[in-house]
Formats: sequence, C-alpha cells, structure tokens
Amino acid sequence: MSAVPLLAVDDLTVSFRTRTGAVKALEHVSFSVGRGEMIGIVGESGSGKSVTAFALMGLLDAAARVTSGRADFEGRDLLKLRQGELNELRGRDLSIVFQNPRTALNPIRAVGTQIADVIARHDPGSAAKIRARTLAALQAVRIPDPERRARAYPFELSGGMCQRIGIAMALACRPRLLIADEPTTGLDVTTQAVVMDLFRDAVRAGGASAILITHDLALASEYCDRIVVMHAGHVVETAPTAELFRHPRHPYTAKLLGSVPSAVETIDDLAPIDGSLPDLRRADLPVCRFAERCERRRPVCDTAPLLPEPCGPDHLVSCRVPL
Amino acid sequence: MTAVLAARGLRKTYAVAGSGSLLARMLNRRPPSQLVAVDRVDLEIRPGEAVGLVGESGCGKSTLARLVSRLIAPDDGEILLDGAPIHGIEPNRFARSPLRRRIQMVFQDPTESLNPRFSVREAIADPVRLLMPDGGRKAIDARVEKAAAQVGLSPDLFPRYPHQLSGGQKARVGIARAMAVEPALLVLDEPTSALDVSVQALVLKLLVRLRREAGVAQLFVSHDLNVVRLLCDRIVVMYLGQVVEEGPAEEVFRHPRHPYTRALLSAIPRLPGTPKPPPERLPGEPRSPIDPDPMACRFYGRCPRQEDFCAVRPPALAELSPGHRARCHLPVAVEAAGAEVAP
Repeated sequence: MSAVPLLAVDDLTVSFRTRTGAVKALEHVSFSVGRGEMIGIVGESGSGKSVTAFALMGLLDAAARVTSGRADFEGRDLLKLRQGELNELRGRDLSIVFQNPRTALNPIRAVGTQIADVIARHDPGSAAKIRARTLAALQAVRIPDPERRARAYPFELSGGMCQRIGIAMALACRPRLLIADEPTTGLDVTTQAVVMDLFRDAVRAGGASAILITHDLALASEYCDRIVVMHAGHVVETAPTAELFRHPRHPYTAKLLGSVPSAVETIDDLAPIDGSLPDLRRADLPVCRFAERCERRRPVCDTAPLLPEPCGPDHLVSCRVPL
Repeated sequence: MTAVLAARGLRKTYAVAGSGSLLARMLNRRPPSQLVAVDRVDLEIRPGEAVGLVGESGCGKSTLARLVSRLIAPDDGEILLDGAPIHGIEPNRFARSPLRRRIQMVFQDPTESLNPRFSVREAIADPVRLLMPDGGRKAIDARVEKAAAQVGLSPDLFPRYPHQLSGGQKARVGIARAMAVEPALLVLDEPTSALDVSVQALVLKLLVRLRREAGVAQLFVSHDLNVVRLLCDRIVVMYLGQVVEEGPAEEVFRHPRHPYTRALLSAIPRLPGTPKPPPERLPGEPRSPIDPDPMACRFYGRCPRQEDFCAVRPPALAELSPGHRARCHLPVAVEAAGAEVAP
C-alpha cells in the first residue's frame, strides 16, 4: 500500500432516526483503501457494510445523520461535499455497483442508453463518440454482440447479463474507486465466478481501487487483497487476506470462520455463533458490541474507548483480549 | 429395504404462449412451444438418507422438489411413497390424504412461507390438526410441544407472530411445522439461503440432528455445494431439466465426472488453505429450456469438452463406478478430476 491511500475513512459514525429511537448503525468506523488495492468489507446482515458504502456515495436515507468522521478521497472529504460537487464526482471518480441489477437499472430505457447517459453527463462529446464509448464499455465486460445488446431492455437480459451492464456503467468513466455492494447476490455460482473475474479484471485494467461488500468470506478471500470485518456497526478487525484467515485475532472473526460451511471438513466441526446482534437502538450498548456474545469477555472490555490496535503487519484488531 | 421415495421417468412441461396474433396461432398447426422443466428424472431416496439436489437456477430442481412433494402434478412418470403410488392423486386431494404427512416440505424464505396471522403455536398445530386430528386437543398440543422441542424452540415463543421472530427462529418454526406430523421424508427447498452464516450453521446442525435422532430422510435442494457436501450422503446434479450426474457426495466432490459438475465445483469460492481445483469458467448461459433439441446434449454449446457428435447423439445416464452415474459421452477421467492443487 502506498503512503497516501486513495480513500481514508476515519471515525465515521452514522445514526438513523426512527420512531423507536436512534439506531447507532455505524460507530467509529475507520479503514483505508490503497491505490490499486481491492479490499473486502465482510459481515452479517445488520453489520453496517451497506450503510458504509451509502455514506461514502452520499446516498444515505434522509433519516440518517453522519455525526462524526471524515472520508478523504483525493484530498477532499466525501462527507462534506455539496450536492453539486458530489454529482460531479459520482459516476466519474467514484462509482457503485448495486446489489440487485434488476432494480438498479431503469426498466424503461435500453441498457446502452443508460450507459451513454453516464458518459454524456461526465464527458460530453459527439453522439458518435459517446456511442463508441458505450460499445467499448459493453465489450470491456465481454458482452457478446454489444451492438444488439445495447438496444435491449433490462427485462430482456438474464441476471448475470444485467449485472455486467451494472459493472459496465460503473466503469464507463474509468473511476478511481469502485464500490460493489453484494454484486453477485442472487446469481448462480458459475455466473458469480464469471462476473467476479470480470469485475476484478476491469478494476485492474483501469488501475482503479475497489471495495467489495459481501457476506461471503470465501468470495472476499478469493478476490480481495485486504479484508475489513464488521460486526454491529463496528470494524472489529482489518488484515491482509491471507493473514486474516491464518491468524484471526478478533473472537468474532474466528467464530465467523468456524461457521462457514466451506471452512470445515464435517458438519460436526461447524460451530454456530451464540446469541445475536445487539439491538442498535439500545441506550446501554456495551463498549464492545460483541461482548455479550463473547466467551472471552473480561471487565476490561467495558472500559471506553475501544480503539483498533496494531497486532501484526498491517493488521488491526479492536479487542481488549484478542486471540 | 423399500425406498421412502421412488420416482421414475418424471416429466413436467409447461406450455409457453406462442408468438404472433391469436388468429395466426389458431391457424398454425404446430403444437405450442413447451418449456421442459423436468425431463424424465429418476430419483430414489432410502429411509434416513440425505440427498442433495443441486444445479443452477432454472435447472428444474425446485420443480422436481414440488413434484415429489405433490404440490404440482407430473405430466408423466410415477412417484411411489413408501411403495404406494401417489403420482395420480390430484394435488388438492393429496393435501388431505393420510399419505401427505409422510412427506413434508420446508420452504426457502421463512418469512414468506409463514402465515403472518398465525402464532408460532398455530403455525405448528395447523398441519397436525389437518393430518393427525385423532386424540383431540391434548394430543395436538403434545405434538406441537414435541416438535418445538425437537428444533429447539422455547415454548415462550408460542404466542408470538412471525414478525416478532428472528430469521433463525422463523426457520425453526418452518422446520417444526414440517416435523410435527412425523414425516418419513423432509423436502427442503434452499432452507438456509435467506439466513446469515452464523444462523445458517445453527439450522444445518439442527437438520443433521433431526436426521440422526428422528431418522427422517431429507431431500435437500440447494445451489450451495458446500452446504450439500456437509449434509448429504448422495448428490444429484441437474442441468436443464435432466440429471447429469449422481453419486455419493464425497465421490462427486473428489471426482466429478460430468464437465458441468466439474465447472460447478470449480466456481465455488474457497477460503485460503482449502484445496482448490483449477479454475474453469463456463462461457455463455444455459440454453433455453423451451423445445430443447432432443438429439443434442443439453450442455452442448457451453461444454469445454464437447465434440461434434455431442450435438446429434443424446447422452444417457451411465454408471461409471458403483453408484456413480454421469450423462456424458466424454466423462472426465478420475485422475484428471482428482488432481487438486494447493493454493
């Protein structure tokens, strides 16, 4: 990783106002993405992975409030940008591939037109030039017969094909950072493998960096250089991929690894994680949000503040009694 | 030993609306197009056995699960449950047949498949009331309590409604409801795909315990081969309506013989440190299941090993080693398939 990362998220805290109280969705979230690096954010549902992505993209719901933190991207704080500045940046330097390609695409516009829209917004040129770039974008994600497919509507394409369109659209203006929020959920494994290979190759070819958000540890391990593990709105551990799987230091990471079917030999080795996520509306949330599910809990776990501590090369863990 | 379930030559097709105007279609002599969802499938499940049914979306695995549980009627073929034919019974009559309780289904999404107006107790009691009403209320309550205990649901949850339960609890209600009538076979259609890994692990262990303790056979429909590997004795792989490979789970995993199975296994993401087959990516997408060419192998066009004759000679399901069958003219050799490279 180079000295100045492409993106540095520091102390990001987000809460949502609801009728039943404030949901503390993210608390003191910090991580960075190096130039040319692909990182994975993994966690179960409710861990705050998608909220993190939406906060960076300026797509948070109106009920959300960013109460602290900054996200430095090329010398600018993404969290403080005005709408106009954000619109300039999004799609050009920073783009996102959404979870469900069918709902992310406009159903009543041909897919080629939707890609052309992005190009025309950020890099206006003659119609012929935009058209050529649209076809190039489709070719980059290896869509056969791009001329014909550009005229297709999303309903005429398969899920895997729609997700390739989503990736083509996100990459059309050669962004420097690409966020993919569960890009292969709902796709078959064979399609997932093809789409993920494409995603990786396209990111590499453009010299971009990427954040892959997923609940699938194995998927993240195959494609990411570094992994950020989240639990209940906290980053609990960050490490290079091989290191994280060899020496998980946070008890939650270790437990998560023990509950993945691909990581064990027999069903008897499979170990569920006791308890569930704490209710993030609670006023008395413990300092460590995993404490109530943790066998290693000590009195020291309840003393604030809980900070990420280095525990190896490029390896950070937020735990008072790490493994 | 009689099989719990024996299906032979099962076929299910759906008519597809033709193109052109109604008049053009009426004048057209050709029969309407047919989507072949399940094409002459044989399936046998022995008592206490766990069989995994895998394949991509659209391969017909869910249709097959619905056929054998008699939620839908087959066009052709026979289904024997404990040796008794059930293929001819109409689905809504079968719902009240005493045989219904021998085969029970657990659905994919625990939220969608529970009646929002039924409490946990009512949800579990409903099939018991319908299928095992003898003994009155006391006996029904006892069965509900037993089924809840089997899946580890606390009686404190009985008055709750689905929206007051977590995903894992809902999944357990779905399983308790199926187990309450003491079935011989549970048909599970992607029972954990809507759950997080930590909860999934809980449900998978529960299913294994039910099989060990209650001896209930399981047909496990899944696209997650890792889950199937942990849970099942035998694996059946489907592609475009046909069984392309079947065999003992461990064997199919170590030595897949059909090129499709091999590609499927190679596409599963694996953690560092676990054995990893060489990457193999399938080009394109499955062909249309509408009016498939009866002479061509269904995998033709996507297959890395195909030869010209694969397009004109349909392969049959052939036994390659005891209990291990594959539908391929050019099955993968065991040595090549077994070669695993460390990452």
